[in-house]
Amino acid sequence: MTIIPLDRAHTANGAGGGQPVLAARGLTKHFPVHAHRSPRGAVVHAVEDVTLALPSAGITAVVGESGSGKSTLARLLAQLIKPTAGTVLLDGAAVPGRQRYARQVQLVLQDPFSSLNPVHNVRYHLARPLRVHGLASGASLDAQIAELLGRVALTPADQFAVKYPHELSGGQRQRVAIARALAMRPRVLLADEPVSMLDVSIRLGVLNLLAGLREREGLAILYVTHDIASARYLSDVIAVMYAGQIIESGPAAQVTDAPAHPYTQLLLSAAPDPDRAQPPSLRGRGAPPNLIRPPAGCRFHPRCPFAMTVCAEERPMAIEVAPGHSSACWLHAPGLTAAQSRPLTGPALTGPALNEPTSAPGDLAPQETHRPQGPGEEKR
Amino acid sequence: MSGDILIEVRGLCVDYGLGSDAVHAVLDADLELRRGEVLGLAGESGSGKSTLAYAITRLLRAPGVITAGSARFGASVNLLSAGQRELRGLRWSEIAVVLQSSMNALNPVLSIGTQFSDVLRAHRPDMSRADRRARSGELLEMVGIPADRLSSYPHELSGGMRQRVMIATALALDPSVVIMDEPTTALDVVTQREILEELMALRDRLGFAVLFISHDLSLLVEIADSIAVMYAGRLVERAGASAIFRAPRHPYSLGLLSSFPALHGPRRAMEGIPGSPPDLRNMPSGCSFHPRCGYAFDQCRSDPPPPLLDLEAGTRAAACWLQDGRMAVPAELARPARAPATAAAPAAAAPAAAVTAGPEPTGGRS
Repeated sequence: MTIIPLDRAHTANGAGGGQPVLAARGLTKHFPVHAHRSPRGAVVHAVEDVTLALPSAGITAVVGESGSGKSTLARLLAQLIKPTAGTVLLDGAAVPGRQRYARQVQLVLQDPFSSLNPVHNVRYHLARPLRVHGLASGASLDAQIAELLGRVALTPADQFAVKYPHELSGGQRQRVAIARALAMRPRVLLADEPVSMLDVSIRLGVLNLLAGLREREGLAILYVTHDIASARYLSDVIAVMYAGQIIESGPAAQVTDAPAHPYTQLLLSAAPDPDRAQPPSLRGRGAPPNLIRPPAGCRFHPRCPFAMTVCAEERPMAIEVAPGHSSACWLHAPGLTAAQSRPLTGPALTGPALNEPTSAPGDLAPQETHRPQGPGEEKR
Repeated sequence: MSGDILIEVRGLCVDYGLGSDAVHAVLDADLELRRGEVLGLAGESGSGKSTLAYAITRLLRAPGVITAGSARFGASVNLLSAGQRELRGLRWSEIAVVLQSSMNALNPVLSIGTQFSDVLRAHRPDMSRADRRARSGELLEMVGIPADRLSSYPHELSGGMRQRVMIATALALDPSVVIMDEPTTALDVVTQREILEELMALRDRLGFAVLFISHDLSLLVEIADSIAVMYAGRLVERAGASAIFRAPRHPYSLGLLSSFPALHGPRRAMEGIPGSPPDLRNMPSGCSFHPRCGYAFDQCRSDPPPPLLDLEAGTRAAACWLQDGRMAVPAELARPARAPATAAAPAAAAPAAAVTAGPEPTGGRS
């Protein structure tokens, strides 16, 4: 097992194929806390040391629960907020000026009910970025708007162009929001929960639209979501975030079929899955930590059924468990001393078994035998 | 489930507004909820699933009007004609409701304990103050919250805890029916799973029936005994949970099932359902699903859909002209409900395969 930087992990697997267009290196965002009871200088550690690369013609999913920092990461990548530390690289170089950056990188927001202005029609929403950036005027403006609406499958374009947001369904509104982002002919599309506000039956339509844009136009897409099943469906690479950090990343099917981090396993065990033969057993309980004072070491260790002494002391680095698939978990680290690998609770672990691919879907049995007993179980 | 029928709804129609401007939110709904059963009510926004639940409990607010049908509780109570006194006796002690947004349902300026106490004082006037306090603590612990949180205010609790408090208050008077309107939609998956586990354990212990309203059919398949699917105000299919998952009989149920990407198996292109749900003010002619239905034929465009047709010896029903026995049913809508014992995995993956076998959506992989 070798320790490799996460950004190489993404491109090494060749899943998306292309060179990274947009890359984040050690991206960190701390938000100051102004509550009167907090100590002076307290900050929320929203995003911590995230390294990520978006290859051209590739879809990278960032999966996490609310508060995991996934939306903050999208906003950092869109340069809407300034990072506390770390850099964003466009084509390997520092970010150019704001306007030039916006032509390359565009953000689609979650809620198409509030991201469109209710007093303006579709044409206005699409014409404005074209005008502001001096990309079109006069007759070519209408042609470009029609072309944009065609790209998001809102046809006939002349009918949709004159509609107001309230006349459109949720799915159509989100398509307008995507068309607006495409107006710049960007190379990177950052989609922050683009389908979570939409009705179930139309979500796939929007996801397939994103897949088609990647296919036809070679866009690099960041798909931020809480729904790991949709991430598996759409993306090449899944990066799982927990408490502001990427804890696992790798090819989408591999991360979901053979999760290598206990948190990913927890997430998968909790996800709705009609294929499941029996009720799932949750792999861990509780809630994400307070990010003003995040836990030392691995931020997941207070909830982790496999937590060891070292987990409470040192932050685990990303370790490659399979080609292009890495997990930031001490269970994969070779050469831990006996003292370091002593379980925090319960009897000793017999060894890491997390990287064994699971045979049957939903069957994560290899780990079951190593589960340390909780205090409640010991009493019985 | 063969328990006795607790709630029986027949031909229920609910409009919003009056006269020619009225929007038909629920049309001709038939529903049965049996003792101890978890009945899932699935549908998208605007399908009328919440309206149906509010009509049954008579919580419908103006401009909602019940225009036809009947709803009975047990053998004796007509829910639609019951007076305020009778309703007051039923509500909470027999039929309790858990609302979707716990943040709005709890009073922000009262402690949790006070809100429990209010329920008990209103419905059990003979309870002493100490008894109320004890019962409140017991209820909180039932949903996994320490009793000392009774003195907390809603803003001091996490979203998951607030939703647990809502469930505990609903169970305060040991109701026989609990109606849950998207109880876990706003929560993270791990919290959602924890709450559902607790809820199912409580159901096993206390024996209440649950009407579980959700847009997430994949979740309902896991937790419900039977499922009713609504589309644009009509119940389009009703069947056992695993029967609907393995062998849907209505094209909308089939489409909805293929809108949820699977967590396992080969990744394949899925189409969901083309188009979008209809505007209730401007409904299509005939079956309201026909503009989005790949199987629609002339009758679907002209005639309203049939009432729920009993299929397979009355174990399930679907409201679709394809299922009235006059023509061959497409193979996807006629799968055997019982999967062969050996082939659990392929049968489970089948709904996705039914729609298209198109190219992988995420090309570029070798």
